[in-house]
Amino acid sequence: MPEPIIAVEGLFKSYNSNGVIVEAVRGLSFSVQEGEVFGLLGPNGAGKTTTVEILEGMRMPDRGTARVCGLDPEKAGSEFKQKIGAVLQSTSLPDKLRVKEALDLFANFYTSRADTESLLKRFQLEEKRNAFYSHLSGGQKQRLALAMALVNNPQVVFLDEPTAGLDPQVRREIYDIIEELRKDKKTVLITTHYIEEAERLCDRVAIVDHGRIIKIGSPRELKHSSAGTTRIEVRLARPLTNGVLSTLEGVADCRDFEGTYVLHSTLPPRTIVALVKQLEAENNELQSLEMFSPSLEDVFIELTGRRLRD
Amino acid sequence: MASNVLANTWTLTKVRVRLAMRNRTFLFFSLFMPLGFLFFFVMVFSKGDSPWTAFILGSILTMTVMGSFWGLSVQLVTFRETGILRRFRLAPVGAGPMLASSILANYILVVPSAAIEILVTKWGLHMQSWGNLWAMFLLITVGSAAFSAFGLIVASVTNTMQETQVINQIIWTAFLFLSGATVPLARFPHWIQGASLFIPATYLATGLQFAATNLATLSEIATDFVALALGLLVAFEISRQLFRWEPEAKVPGRAKLWVLAALVPFVAFGIYENVAGHRLNRIRQDFQLLDTREAPAPPSDVH
Repeated sequence: MPEPIIAVEGLFKSYNSNGVIVEAVRGLSFSVQEGEVFGLLGPNGAGKTTTVEILEGMRMPDRGTARVCGLDPEKAGSEFKQKIGAVLQSTSLPDKLRVKEALDLFANFYTSRADTESLLKRFQLEEKRNAFYSHLSGGQKQRLALAMALVNNPQVVFLDEPTAGLDPQVRREIYDIIEELRKDKKTVLITTHYIEEAERLCDRVAIVDHGRIIKIGSPRELKHSSAGTTRIEVRLARPLTNGVLSTLEGVADCRDFEGTYVLHSTLPPRTIVALVKQLEAENNELQSLEMFSPSLEDVFIELTGRRLRD
Repeated sequence: MASNVLANTWTLTKVRVRLAMRNRTFLFFSLFMPLGFLFFFVMVFSKGDSPWTAFILGSILTMTVMGSFWGLSVQLVTFRETGILRRFRLAPVGAGPMLASSILANYILVVPSAAIEILVTKWGLHMQSWGNLWAMFLLITVGSAAFSAFGLIVASVTNTMQETQVINQIIWTAFLFLSGATVPLARFPHWIQGASLFIPATYLATGLQFAATNLATLSEIATDFVALALGLLVAFEISRQLFRWEPEAKVPGRAKLWVLAALVPFVAFGIYENVAGHRLNRIRQDFQLLDTREAPAPPSDVH
């Protein structure tokens, strides 16, 4: 197996928050191969951003080692910065800086420079090339941040919550861009608390909670390894008596969300057969039925007992 | 490596100049307000083409140059608090080019403002002579850089914009009112005159006032130049050492005392000048000379 492009071993980092020591990262270890899209999935405060910022050379770990492109981010300095690109979770640019100027400015700092005209085109910012940063929408700012992360043709791209706070349409646009990065064989490390993002974009995902990795693998592997239940959502012509659905074969849990019954079943086919029989017996009718296979959220709940956005 | 540092500094300088030119507040405070003060003071304190017009020009140039102090400290803190600096941190740019570019850009912007003030005073307000332009140029150059560096050091040791504003206000008030930039130094009681020799702004204000009134030669402003140049070097190095990219990176209370280190050259000059007494005597003599200088007679009517 080739040498990983990102290698993290026993990483620890704690902060002093008003006299209270908060352990943000507690012994994190993982590696990422070249050309892989790797995700750190976890709730807010799980330690994802701290980990990424250590890998970007912006924070020093208390213990453990981190290597990116064979270099120590903490010590390598300029040589290291030439090799990476990043979208930070919280950052900004001067209000009166124009889009094209921002790209040219940052491109000037690097020895390897991407063509900024092509970046404008690729990130659909051509029409906004002369717009001030303060006049851009949230989605345009994020597209510019992504374009800026690529001005130096980086070997590794870090994306820290790249779609946080964006509306679904813009989020999908960003997904398309990240999928293009995958096609270009860029190594991407992405942090997110969106299940959909991790499932759709990542080759492998590390589920992080309280500063530790609790499970790592491809989204498919993670879901298959889970003993999670299948979610069945049904709408009926008439409401059923309380508790009837909970007694159906295979049903582990049943809840009523304003007329939509959400069943969690360990034996979905048998549950559906039992449901149909029950409805016939009660002279009721099925209006709709949808089945959802286990998601990474189910895996997270199973491993931590909490929802991702709790 | 060194060429990279220079290239990055120049790249950042060009962008900073462009950003400043797009900022109406900057244009107001750096160009229009000093011109407004120039007209006001000349109309109130300098009737006709008296030598006081040149003295007032020296004071206005001092305020223009000292404005660097406010501008750069506020800009650096804003950049840090809004997360702009952390984006630059990701790029291969060090603290040196970030700070040097802000000083250089500020200088590039101060020189035209100062030139406009000199031209307006000479042609619009009938200043008697051009003054010692070389001496003015040198003092504006070193003064702009030194006061920019003082601003950067304040930004480096303060944690919030509010704190920056408070410290700036205190220092600015001392600079403005104890240096002779507003009230001529010779009009103060002797003990205040002695104390003023410990303030960096005094060297800029008196230097520019006497360069503008043509009462100082290049060699006579050497002390002012050296004091400001030393202050610049010390302040730049301290601000580079204390530079912080991250909004949440707080500077410990003790580090704030580093501000005082930037004043060391002025303490040394202040002690020397107070003991030797030459400078204050010179200031008083030049001031008297200005008072007794006669304005040229108005042109006689030709019939």
